[in-house]
Amino acid sequence: MKRELLTGNGAAAWGARLARIDYLPAFPITPQTEIIETLGAWIENREIPCRMVTLESEHSMMTAAGAAATTGVRVFTATSSQGLLYAAEMLFAVPGWRVPLVLVNVSRGIASPITLEPDHNDVLAVRDCGFLQIHCATCQEVLDSVLLAYRLAEEASVRIPVIVNLDGFYLSFTREPVVIPEQEAVDAFLPPFTAGTIRYRAGEPLSQGVAVLGAPTYSYFRYQAHLAAREALSVYDRVSAEFAARFGREHGALETYRCEDAEFVFVMMGSFATKAKEAVDQLRAAGQPVGLVRIRLLRPLPDAALRGALAGKRAVAVIDQNLSMGMGGILYSEVRSALYGHGAAPGVVASFIGGLGGRDITPEEFYEIIAVIRKAAATGTPPPPRLLYTEEELRGVRKLQTLAGAGSRRGGTP
Amino acid sequence: MSASKFHRLTDLPSDHVLGCGTPMCAGCGGLEVLHEIYDIVGDKSVIVNAAGCMTMLSVYPFTPFKGGWLYTAMASAPAGAQGVRDALDILKAKGALPEEEDLAVMVLTGDGSASGIGISATSGALDRDLDFLYLCYDNEGYGNTGQQSSATTPHGARTATSKGPTGYPGYKKDLFSIWIAHRPAYAATVIGTEPLDLARKVEKAMAIHGPRLLLALAPCPTGWGYDPAETVKIGQLAVRTGIWPLREYENGRVVHTKIPKKRLPVEAYLSRQKRFGHLFKPEPNQPLIADIQARVDRYWAGVTESSKGGED
Repeated sequence: MKRELLTGNGAAAWGARLARIDYLPAFPITPQTEIIETLGAWIENREIPCRMVTLESEHSMMTAAGAAATTGVRVFTATSSQGLLYAAEMLFAVPGWRVPLVLVNVSRGIASPITLEPDHNDVLAVRDCGFLQIHCATCQEVLDSVLLAYRLAEEASVRIPVIVNLDGFYLSFTREPVVIPEQEAVDAFLPPFTAGTIRYRAGEPLSQGVAVLGAPTYSYFRYQAHLAAREALSVYDRVSAEFAARFGREHGALETYRCEDAEFVFVMMGSFATKAKEAVDQLRAAGQPVGLVRIRLLRPLPDAALRGALAGKRAVAVIDQNLSMGMGGILYSEVRSALYGHGAAPGVVASFIGGLGGRDITPEEFYEIIAVIRKAAATGTPPPPRLLYTEEELRGVRKLQTLAGAGSRRGGTP
Repeated sequence: MSASKFHRLTDLPSDHVLGCGTPMCAGCGGLEVLHEIYDIVGDKSVIVNAAGCMTMLSVYPFTPFKGGWLYTAMASAPAGAQGVRDALDILKAKGALPEEEDLAVMVLTGDGSASGIGISATSGALDRDLDFLYLCYDNEGYGNTGQQSSATTPHGARTATSKGPTGYPGYKKDLFSIWIAHRPAYAATVIGTEPLDLARKVEKAMAIHGPRLLLALAPCPTGWGYDPAETVKIGQLAVRTGIWPLREYENGRVVHTKIPKKRLPVEAYLSRQKRFGHLFKPEPNQPLIADIQARVDRYWAGVTESSKGGED
C-alpha cells in the first residue's frame, strides 16, 4: 500500500491497472485522454500485460469493447461527453449482450454550445442505456470504484457493464492523496475474470447479440436485464461491505453526511458534493440542522435507501448539474419519483440547477438554498425550480453579447 | 496459381457447413455466396455481422452457423471483429486458447454498410492491419429495407428512392479500389455463379494474415426484379458482359482472374431486370444504355496486359 498524489484520471488508470485489465480499446477526448495515455505508457513499458488499440471513433471503441468481452477477456475503456454520445448506440446494445466491462466517463458538458468543462448531461443522457452507473466525488473513490465496478459487473447474477463517472477538471485534473492498494490485496478482492459461457471456442457454436422476432421474446430479455440490474442493488451492498472490510474505505450506494438529525438536506451527485459538505459544516457551526445525501449508485437507483435517508426531513434541495430542456433537473425527477407516495416523504422537495459547463456553486449559494427551503417548509409552499445564476454573471454575458452584435443579426446565439 | 486444391467443380466441398432453412428470399445471391464461402472458411470461425439482410440469419433461438456469430450494429462490424480478434490473441498469449483452436474472424456485411455508414470502421480496421476476412455481399442497395439507393447502386437503376425515368443518378462506388488504396493483405471480387474462381480466392485468403476483402456481387431477385430461378443466369451475365470484373489484389498488384473472351452487350444483363426496365420501355433509352456500355468498355480498355490473368 502506498499513498500518492493522483489526479482523478490517474486514479482511474490505477484502478484499471490493479484490476489487471486484458484489453483497452481507446479513443482520445478531453478531459479523458490522460487515462488512456497513462495506461498506454504502462503497456509500452511492459509494466502491465494489456493490449491497447486506438479505434477510429467511440462508436467503434465501444463495439470493440463489447465484442472482446463476448470473447471472454477483461475489458476497460474510457471516454467523455461527445464521445459518450457518439458511442450511445453501442452503449444501449452491449448491456443486452450481458457481458461485464467497465467504462470510465469523465463528465463534460455537451454541445451546443460546445464546451470542454464539466456537467452531468453526458452521463445522464445514457441513464437508460442499461449500464449500471457509479458516480464519484474524490480521486480515491475513482480508483476504488473501478475495482468495485468489476466485482459488480462480473457477478454471475448481474453480468452487466458498469460506468464509473468522475467530473472533468474538478476531479480529472485535480491531484488528491490517493491510497494505492497492494496488488495482492486487490487480487484477493477481485479474482481473475472467468468468462464461463461468455466466449467463442472451436467446437462450441455460439451466437451472441442475435435478433428476436416477437414482442414476448423481446420483452423477456429486456425484463431479464432490468431484474439483473435490480439484483445489482443487493450485490453492490455485499461487495462494498467486503471492500470496506478489506480496505477500510466505505463506498455505499448512498453517502450520507450529518444526515441523521438533519431537518434540511442537500441531495447531489459527484465532486460538487464535497463543496456541499463544506457548506453543511459551516451551517452546522451556525446552528442549522443541515445534512447531505450523495447518490453514488444511480443505476440501479437505491430508492429504498434514499427514502430511508430522507424520511421525516422537513425539506430537501436537489441540486442538479444537468438540465433536461423543458423539464428541469434529472436527479430531481429521480428523487421525487423515489419519494412520492411514501408516507414519511419530506414535505418540500425543491429543485436547483447549477454547475452547468463547469460553473462553480459558491458557499453563499448553498446557504441561500437552505434559506429558500427553510422558508418553503415554514410556509408549506414549494418554491419554483431555480436556475443558479448571479447578476455579475449576467452582466458578463451581456458584454459578450454586445461584442457578438446581439440584436443585429443572430440575437447573440453562439 | 500455386497449389490450389480446387481445379475442377468436383473439387469443391460437398459437405455444406451453413445450415439450411434460413429466412432469406428465394434465389438470394448473397446467401448463395455465403454458402460457398462458409464451406471453405468452416466452423472454426466467428462471423461478425453488420445490420443488413443477413442479420436475419440468426434469429433467436435458431442459427445456421456452426461457428460463432456476433451481431454488432450497422456501422461498426469491423470494430467488432477487432474486439474478437484481439481477445482471441490475448487468450492465446495467456495460454488460455491453444493455437489449433484459434478461430478465423469474418465480417459479414451488405454494401449499404460497407460503402456508407460502416466505411469509417472498415478503413480504421485496415489502418490497424486487422487480421480478418471481410465479406461484402453487394446487392447494390439497402436490400433489407426494400432496395433504396445505396452508394453502390449502379447508374440508372431504379430503386425505392430513385423512381424517376432515369433511375439512380450516381455511379457505383468502387469499394474494391477503396480497399486496395489501403494496401490490404488481399482483396478479391467474387460471385456465387463462379464457384471455382471463388473457391480459389477464399482458399488463398484463408492462407494469408491481415485484412482480406471478398467483395461479392449478390444478385437480388426482390430488389432487382427478376424471377428467383434466374439468379445464376443474372450472375453469369454480370461477368460475361464485363459489368462485374473478377479480379484479385495481392502484393501490390491487381490481376483479372476471369476475363470474358467476347463481352456480351450490357443489354443482355440489364434487360432481364425490372430495375432497368425503364431503359427499354416504352422505348429504349439509347443514350443511357450507351453510357453504361461506354463505362464498361472504358474499364476493360484500361485493363493492361500485366493485370490479365485467366481468359474465359
